[in-house]
Amino acid sequence: MSGTPSKFNGRGIISVAGYVPYRRLDRSAVAKTFGSGGGRGKRAVASYDEDTTTMGVEAGRLALKSAPTAITDQLIFATASPAYLDKTNATTLHAALRLDSDVPALDFGGAIRSGVGSLRLALTGNGATLVVSADTRTGLPTSSDESNGGDGAAAIIVGGPEQGAVIAELLGASSITEEFIDRWRSPGSNRSKQWEERFGETKYVPIGERAFAGAIKQAEITAQDINVLAVTGMHSRACKALAGKLGATNAVAADDLTSVVGNTGTCHPALVLANVLETATPDQVIALVVLADGVEVLLFRVTDAILTFCPYRSVAKQISNGADITYGKFLAWKNQVTIEPPRRPEPDRISASVSGRTEDWKYAFVGSKDRGSGALHLPPARVSRDGGALDDMEPAPMSDVEGTIQIITIDRIAYSPSPPITFAVVDFDGGGRLPVELTDCSADDLAVGDKVEMTFRKLFTSDDIHNYFWKARPVPPA
Amino acid sequence: MASKGIKDKVAIVGMGCTPFGEHWDKGADDLLIESSSAAIAAAGVKSEDIDAYWLGTAMGAPSGLTLARPLQLHNKPVTHVINHCATGSESIRNAAYAVASGAYDIAMAIGVEKVKDSGYQGLVGSGRQPTDGTTRTLTAAAMFAMCAPAYSKKYGVTETEMREVLARIAWKNHYNGARNSRAQFRKEVSMETICNAPLLAGGLGVYDCSGVADGSAAAILVRAEDAYKYTDKPIFIKALALVAGNCSGNADPDYDYTSFPEIHAAANDAYAQAGITDPRAQLAMAEVHDCFTPAELLIYEDLGFAERGTAWKEVLAGTYDLLGEISVNPDGGLKSFGHPVGASGVRMAFEAYLQLRGEAPPERTIAHAERGLGLTHNLGGYPGEMVSFVGIYGNQPG
Repeated sequence: MSGTPSKFNGRGIISVAGYVPYRRLDRSAVAKTFGSGGGRGKRAVASYDEDTTTMGVEAGRLALKSAPTAITDQLIFATASPAYLDKTNATTLHAALRLDSDVPALDFGGAIRSGVGSLRLALTGNGATLVVSADTRTGLPTSSDESNGGDGAAAIIVGGPEQGAVIAELLGASSITEEFIDRWRSPGSNRSKQWEERFGETKYVPIGERAFAGAIKQAEITAQDINVLAVTGMHSRACKALAGKLGATNAVAADDLTSVVGNTGTCHPALVLANVLETATPDQVIALVVLADGVEVLLFRVTDAILTFCPYRSVAKQISNGADITYGKFLAWKNQVTIEPPRRPEPDRISASVSGRTEDWKYAFVGSKDRGSGALHLPPARVSRDGGALDDMEPAPMSDVEGTIQIITIDRIAYSPSPPITFAVVDFDGGGRLPVELTDCSADDLAVGDKVEMTFRKLFTSDDIHNYFWKARPVPPA
Repeated sequence: MASKGIKDKVAIVGMGCTPFGEHWDKGADDLLIESSSAAIAAAGVKSEDIDAYWLGTAMGAPSGLTLARPLQLHNKPVTHVINHCATGSESIRNAAYAVASGAYDIAMAIGVEKVKDSGYQGLVGSGRQPTDGTTRTLTAAAMFAMCAPAYSKKYGVTETEMREVLARIAWKNHYNGARNSRAQFRKEVSMETICNAPLLAGGLGVYDCSGVADGSAAAILVRAEDAYKYTDKPIFIKALALVAGNCSGNADPDYDYTSFPEIHAAANDAYAQAGITDPRAQLAMAEVHDCFTPAELLIYEDLGFAERGTAWKEVLAGTYDLLGEISVNPDGGLKSFGHPVGASGVRMAFEAYLQLRGEAPPERTIAHAERGLGLTHNLGGYPGEMVSFVGIYGNQPG
C-alpha cells in the first residue's frame, strides 16, 4: 500500500510532541478531604506558573527539537482555556519559539473541538503548519471533571514531503458537524456543565459510525486494516460505546492516558496521537476519532521515516517524571479556593513598551555574546563587561542550553503566587550566568552541581497582564 | 587615576541623630526637624547660617522640597541625593565636596527614611520603574544568604561552624545595641535564640537580618580651618570613597559570592586618601553595613580587617567585639538600629563622631579610641551588583 498515490499529496505529520506538566493529583486525595469524589489513578496538573500558553510553548519546543530541520509556515494555537481574550495567545508562542515575523500565528479558541479542528485544517491545507493545542481542565471539587480532567499540551508539525520527512501520512479525513447541547461553559467560569449523559451518547454514536465509514471509504481501506484505534472526546461514555461499534477488530485501543494524565480536552487527541506515534512502527494504520460537537476522523499510515524519528522527550517519559501535590495546593492552583496571599505588595504590571523592546530576551531567552571576548551576557547588553566593546554582540539563544546550579537558596519572604520560591545561581554550559527561579522541584531534592534546563513560565499576573519569562527546572531523567 | 581626596579639608562640627524605631507617631518631617535641630544645636550655629543642604532619602519624595518645606528654608539650595543604601553617606560625601570646593562655608548633610507607613514588614520599594517583568524577584535576604554556603565551601567551614559564626556577629551587634539608647532593639539576644530563629531565606533566620526602622541623622560640615570656631572636638574627614559596580557578578561565572569587589575597591581608595596602610591596627572602630550577617563576615575581609578565608575565625575569637582589637558596629549596627535607608550612613558617622570625641557612654566605649580614626561603610544592592561607600573620620588633623 505504501506506493499508492496519496489523496493528500503525501501530507501528514512531520513531528509530534506532547507536554505533560510535572505535577500530579492523586485522585484518592479528593475523597479523603470531602468523603466523595476522586477515583483511582492520577491526573496531570499545570503548575501555578503554567497556563495553556506556557504549556503550548513547551510542547512546541519539543516538537521542533524532535524535527530540527522542519520548517514552519504558520502557527496555530488552539485552546478552550485561553490566557487572553482579544489578544492573540499564539503570538506569545511565536515569540518564544523565535519564528520569523512573516509566519502567521493564529488562535483557534474557545471550543474543545478547535484542537482537532486545527489539526484537520493543517492536514488538508498547504505548507507547513505548527499546530499547538493546550488545555487546563478543572471542575468543582468532587466533580468528575475535576478528577478526570488533565492539563497538558501537544504540538504537531504538519506538512508534506517538501517540508520535512512525513512520519505519518494522512489517508483519510472525514467530518460531521452537528449542533446539540452536550457540554458547555460560560467564559470565565471555573466549571463546565453537561446535559444528561445518555442524550450525548445517543447523538454521538451514530454520527461517529457514519464519519468513520466515510473516512475508511476515502482511504480505500477496511476497518480491519486499522492497527491502532483512538476514540477520544470529553464524553467518555460515548467514546467507549462508539469504539465497540467500528468493527476495527484487528486494532489495539490506544492508551487514552486517563489513568495517568486525565482528559486534556482541547489537546487530548493530539496528546494521545503523540503517545501512539512515539512507539509506532512503519505501515501501521492509525485511526483517530474525536467526538466534539460532531465528529472528526483522521486516518494515518505510519511511514518508514518513523524509524529515524527521535522524540526529544516522549510522553511516556514525561508521565513517569512527576510528583504529587496535595489536594489543597491543587484547589488553590485551580482557583477553587483562595489562600492567604504573602504579606508583600503585589508586583506591578509589566510595561508593554519595555517588554516590546526586550522581546527576544523576555520571550525567547536570547542573551548576547561579545564577538571579541566571547563573554556571554544575560540579559543581553550593548557594552561588554569583558573589554568594554560597544555594540559588538551577536544574539545568544539560551533557552535550550542546560546549566549547573552553583548556589541554591529558598526565599521565604519574596512575593510568589505559591511561596516559598527557590532560586539558584545557574551557570550555563559554554558560558553565561543568571540567578533564576526554579520550578517543578522541591529545594530539598536539589544540590549544587545539579543540572537544570530552562522552561517558559508565567511569573505572575497583574492588571490582567500575564508576566511570562523563563525559569529553570531540573533536567528530567534521561 | 586614584581619587585625590579631601583629607583634612572638611570637618564635622555638630551632629544629631534621632532614636531609630517604629515611629508610628512621627512622619519624615518630624524626624528631619529633630535631627537637624540637634545637629544645629551641637554645632552652635543658627539655621540661617547654613548655606546649603544635601538630603539623602531613598524612599521619600525625591527632591530638595522634602527638606525645605518642613524646615521652612528660604532661598537655600537643597540637593536630594540617592544611591541605594549608601544614600545617607552620599549626603555627607556631596556636602563635604561642596564645602571643600569653597562654594559654601557651612553645609548640612541630612538623611531620613520613613518606612513604617507602608503596611508591610521589610522594605518596600517606591518609585519603581516600569519593567519587562524579567528582573529578579529575589529578596536581599535570599541574595546575601547565598554568600554563606559559598564562603563555607571555599574555605572549608562546616555548616555548624558557619551557623555559629553568623550568630556570633548578630550576638555582638545586639550586645552593643543593648547599650545604645538610640537603638531600635535594645536587648541582648542569646546565641541559642539566634541559631534557632525561624528561617527567612536560605540559612538566614530572623536575627541574621537587619530590621526596618524610621529614623534621621544630620551633620554640620565646615572647612577644617574654621572647625575650632565651632567646637573643640571637630571630626575631620579623612576619606570619602564610592564605587558603583558594573553589576557583572550575577552574569559572570567567575564571581564566587565570597567577596564584594566593590567594597574592596572603595576601601582601597579610602585608605589611599587617608594614608592608611594597616587598617586593622590603625582604625579604632568601624561602622559597617551589617544588613545580613554573611555580609558583615565578607566585609571584614574586603575592608582588610582579616586575611581572606580567616574572618570567620576572627569573629569567633572576638576580634570585632566592642572591646576587641577593632570594634565593629559599636553602636549596634543595622542589626540593632534597623535600616532607614537614607539615614543609616549618617547614623554610622554619628557613632564615629561620638566615639572619636569620647562621648560614647561608658558601657559602650571601645578599647582603642586612642587611635583616633573611625571608618563607616555602606553597601547598597546585592552580591554581584552593588554600590559601596567607605568613609574615614579622625579626631585630629594630619
